[in-house]
Amino acid sequence: MTTVQERPTGEVGAARKRKEDARLITGRTMWTENVMLPGMLHLAILRSPMAHARITRVDTSAALREPGVVTAFSGRDVAETQGSLPCAWPVTEDMVHPDHPPLAVDEVRHAGEAVAVVVARDRASAVDALATIEVDYEPLPVVLDMEEALAEDARLVHADKGTNKAYTWIFDSGEAGTGHGVDAAFAGAEVVIKRRYIQQRLIPAFMEPRSVVVDPTGDQHTIWSATQIPHILRVMVALVTGTPEHKVRVVAPDVGGGFGGKLQVTAEELIAFMAAQRVGKPVKYTESRSDSLLSAHHGRDQIQDLELAARRDGTVLGLRVNLLANMGAYLGIVTPGVPLLGAFMYNAIYKFPAYRFVCTGVYTNTTTTDAYRGAGRPEATYAIERLMDELAVELDMDPVEVRRRNWIRHDEFPFDTVAGLTYDSGNYEAATDKALELFGYEALRAEQASRRESGDPVQLGIGVSTYTEMCGLAPSRVLGALRYAAGGWETASIRVLPTGKVEVVTGTSPHGQGHETAWSQIVADRLGVPFEDVEVLHGDTRTSHKGLDTYGSRSLAVGGIALVNACTKVVDKAKPVAAHLLECDVSDLEFADGAFRVRGAPSDAAGKTIADCAFAVFAAHDMPEGVEPTIDADATYDPGNFSFPHGTHLCATEVDTETGRVTIRSYVAVDDVGRVINPLIVEGQVHGGVAQGIAQALFEEAVYDSEGNLLTGTFIDYTPPSAADLPDIVSDRTETPAPDHPLGAKGVGEAGTIASTPAVINAIVDALRPYGVSDIRMPATPERVWQALRGGARS
Amino acid sequence: MIPAAFEYTKPSTVDEAVQALADGGEDAKVLAGGQSLIPMLRLRLAAPTLLVDLGGLGELRGVRDDGDALVIGAMTRYADLLRDPLVRDHAPLLAQATATVADRQVRHLGTIGGSLAEADPAGDLPSVAVALDVSFEVVGPDGWRTISAADFFVDFLTTALGDGEMLAALRVPKQDGWGTHYEKFNRVAQAWSIVGVAVAVRRENGTIAEARVGLTNMGNRPVRARAVEEALTGAPATVDAVSSAAARAAEGADPPADVWASAEYRSHLATVLTRRAVVAAGGIHAS
Repeated sequence: MTTVQERPTGEVGAARKRKEDARLITGRTMWTENVMLPGMLHLAILRSPMAHARITRVDTSAALREPGVVTAFSGRDVAETQGSLPCAWPVTEDMVHPDHPPLAVDEVRHAGEAVAVVVARDRASAVDALATIEVDYEPLPVVLDMEEALAEDARLVHADKGTNKAYTWIFDSGEAGTGHGVDAAFAGAEVVIKRRYIQQRLIPAFMEPRSVVVDPTGDQHTIWSATQIPHILRVMVALVTGTPEHKVRVVAPDVGGGFGGKLQVTAEELIAFMAAQRVGKPVKYTESRSDSLLSAHHGRDQIQDLELAARRDGTVLGLRVNLLANMGAYLGIVTPGVPLLGAFMYNAIYKFPAYRFVCTGVYTNTTTTDAYRGAGRPEATYAIERLMDELAVELDMDPVEVRRRNWIRHDEFPFDTVAGLTYDSGNYEAATDKALELFGYEALRAEQASRRESGDPVQLGIGVSTYTEMCGLAPSRVLGALRYAAGGWETASIRVLPTGKVEVVTGTSPHGQGHETAWSQIVADRLGVPFEDVEVLHGDTRTSHKGLDTYGSRSLAVGGIALVNACTKVVDKAKPVAAHLLECDVSDLEFADGAFRVRGAPSDAAGKTIADCAFAVFAAHDMPEGVEPTIDADATYDPGNFSFPHGTHLCATEVDTETGRVTIRSYVAVDDVGRVINPLIVEGQVHGGVAQGIAQALFEEAVYDSEGNLLTGTFIDYTPPSAADLPDIVSDRTETPAPDHPLGAKGVGEAGTIASTPAVINAIVDALRPYGVSDIRMPATPERVWQALRGGARS
Repeated sequence: MIPAAFEYTKPSTVDEAVQALADGGEDAKVLAGGQSLIPMLRLRLAAPTLLVDLGGLGELRGVRDDGDALVIGAMTRYADLLRDPLVRDHAPLLAQATATVADRQVRHLGTIGGSLAEADPAGDLPSVAVALDVSFEVVGPDGWRTISAADFFVDFLTTALGDGEMLAALRVPKQDGWGTHYEKFNRVAQAWSIVGVAVAVRRENGTIAEARVGLTNMGNRPVRARAVEEALTGAPATVDAVSSAAARAAEGADPPADVWASAEYRSHLATVLTRRAVVAAGGIHAS
């Protein structure tokens, strides 16, 4: 069963421990909360206790008399100047796009919306003074349910808009010319599977709460923020506030996780900016965990109505998807686009020829939703993988077999999909075969049969999830076609210092991913310098002036290519320098094993290293005519396509039919993320992703009461799992290189999250089929499982 | 969040602590580990003006053998209980329940007295206390007195402690000759019990001579499942007999409904968990 892996000869492929971990794990580093500036003041935010209300009066005057308070103000005080938080993805021409003031002015539209602020000399004084602010709220009717929100006489989140519908976006393979019309497919179907699935609302729940410091000293505004997107934030702050872009510097120092939750331009960042301008001093805001869960953007929250058409031999003919996507009360930076990232993934690894996707965005009196790990693709994968299991049951076929009959074979790549994408490469057969073997599929099926036979109160279920995903956001032309405001290129700069040490400046913005390590490995191999001699700089727009940051599993898939291209340029620029030093012709030189040597010379012959060249251009005493005295280089890369990692995840669950408790007995993940730069990092990403996907399946849900109060406003109530609640994960790989990537690498950041949720739910439903259970709502809490077993309405 | 301002004192003797509480009046709160109180302060759900930290009272820490009972100082930490050989040998139910409390960090700071005086019906130790008829030794401005477990827990987060009184020690009857088991059911490992069941049974040959059953999170205070106890007493030590007795676990209980579980589901869980706990405590095997 063990395959002999080719041992890496260089850094790429080596299981390097991450060089950033010592400081991240101990916390002895520069988090935004650790930024201390002379004269710095502290900001506290008063948040709405109501989900929808008119603000009839705000009085902050008492707060001004509190000890230590420097200023206090409400949305009304800044109504004319505060601007509107940006949404960079108006997905349709006629999208309803309400203003999104950082501080509510006349109306609050979700619980937790910022209403007023206090700035004080210390944090405790600022928090204490909030209690003295008087706000009169006149309650307005609340709308929380998406279907109610779309009804004829619905209560409105934004009365002036006359509707709660944000947009309707349609993809139809017949109209797009990427496949047939879906109606014909259904007309010819022998089997139609029709289901409604609910993607519950989730909270990204990053470890480090959001924090921002704004220093307005001089005419430069420096913003430290716990953000995934320092570069995008800089542009947006300039646009929203009218501050010239060159007068704004954004620093994302070490950032403790994001999962998409810090892919945002936040009200808090702009409020801190306003407050700092107002007092002329640095201002810091760090949210509490409760504020974070309440007001940082949420994720998922979709209703999926699905119809799958097939023949009785298992061939899928077409798919209809009708989606309701909860926007929350306002639009965040990419809110409307998140469900559309799923539009291209419902066909998954399958070849069916007809597909129609309709998505309606809906406003409700809830916290804004936006990107959360996987963003659109977990929802799509969940839907199709649940449907494939339902089809297998309907046809009395093994769930692996029904997938096999429909998936794209490895010799059919590149493959043009019904959703209009071109999948670059993959080998679903190999990944699935490996997963089945590691899992012991046949033995588990036998055990399942015997437990069913004996009426064991603990039943065994097996869940299959085969997936692919589009990652490496993204080709700029595709983003443009989808009406996204920005591009999808990435950039890297390499600076070779006189002593041969190397500084790499990346436009990606790691917040736990390990770019410092992976980038160092790539550069070490490409330039022939020691791993330890590479320093990776990121997250400060003064150092890294250009970049599109980190999300959508794009950093290595896109930024890695920019990095490789920059390395190539360094070698190209060093070559004439080396030729000069070696007194030979450029055309006689080759660069291998870290040195330029005359072609054909033995590898131990004296050569000139990149370090030699760096010192030569530093001294520059003797440069040949026309050679610029630098070997530094930049590269910017815009991908021609997405990257399509894939894999097969298998989950075995034990379901206690007396209590409804689900226990994951074994979990196998075989992922194909192309060539691996660092297997430790890949394994970490898979484990973390699987944990997050299991969390959606079994544990987490953001719940509002009927008044729009968040009931899951602490970790105690939101119940994110800890290591004690999670299974051992057997993680392995197949490697199908990405043909468009010089390293052959694909993205890995979201794969585990995308694959695991349907694997777990399929396993639970599989365990309970003999009891007549064909679906279970997420999270599959013990009570929900118990209710499903009783055939209760609450399932 | 940041708590509202408060005064803090850390007395070094019980007398000083009683004096501090008397001086502080009704706005004084005892800090006995802080695993419940500190979050309440941070969320500003509680705003006492004085915290009396009992962490300096060495005399309230530790376990002592007192004949047919163990006397456990109220400020004994969970982690110390778990390491204590007297607790392991004579109060295994307490040890087993304590091991399920929250997480390692909490168990190294939280105390048995803090947990019991908090009187959270979702806490694991109150149901153990009522099942075992633990006595509560309390001290206050009028001196020492002893309160039975049945009387100590009055209502949700409310005890029989009077003004200025504090819990000083627990007198836990030894369970020598009893079989015991704590069955906990929660959403995630660190969460409170949705339902928990504390059981002690004494077998005589093939029958159950005596049974004590305490329920966690099945009402405003820890519940003694008397109907189950009566049904078990004198019953044969068989799974069938235990099952029919356990079916009465929710009788007289008034379980809460919250974001984790409905009352109906809690009642169902109580019966399943009680059966499992009695079977385990009694060493009963399927025939």
